Amino acid sequence: MKIFYFAGLREKVGLSEEHFDLPEGIDTVRALRAHLAGRGENWQALTQDRMLRVAVNQQMAGADTPLKGDDEVAFFPPVTGG
Amino acid sequence: MKITVQPHDFDAGEETAALSGSGVGGIVSFVGLVRGDDEVLSMTLEHYPGMTERALQDIAEEAVRRWNLLDVSVIHRYGRLRPGERIVYVGTAAAHRREAFEACEFIMDYLKTRAPFWKYEETHDGGRWVDARAEDEFSAERWQR
Repeated sequence: MKIFYFAGLREKVGLSEEHFDLPEGIDTVRALRAHLAGRGENWQALTQDRMLRVAVNQQMAGADTPLKGDDEVAFFPPVTGG
Repeated sequence: MKITVQPHDFDAGEETAALSGSGVGGIVSFVGLVRGDDEVLSMTLEHYPGMTERALQDIAEEAVRRWNLLDVSVIHRYGRLRPGERIVYVGTAAAHRREAFEACEFIMDYLKTRAPFWKYEETHDGGRWVDARAEDEFSAERWQR
């Protein structure tokens, strides 16, 4: 799995992207967020930021979106283009 | 249909002229700029390569379906821009003006809330990520059906 972190979230977690082996039993976005938040203080935004957005395979997704090991996931703040 | 995500500038006049074609009775275009005031030194646009093109493509295709557009063009820049510089172009061509106007507004409202770009503003006091506006969400919601 590839995970991207954009904009202000990237600055918080200190990482722009990573290759991640999806552990057994983590099969939704919600579960992934909880798992990542366990990495430490810098990662609390993954569960505490209510405005956090997520995309799975380049489509906007939500907490209940299912995940597979070869998915591409991205976490980011609300978009501000245009 | 032309959907482009690029760092370099575009010529709005040329893009609009390119939307003429058989059956086109009206072309509407919008250009978004980096709003200049004395405070802002630069605006940097970050994006999610791959998803940005797809998101803009999906939005443009929905506009074509809903308003019977004959052609549509969306160009969005990324990178570090100065006040007054062009950020985005949306052009819509239809048989009649109402469809062209509404589709252009729809594309901008959806782009503002669904296309993965993020703005970082630099001022004399430092830099900050621009906050998304609730108003943009409301503008997008009114097109839901």
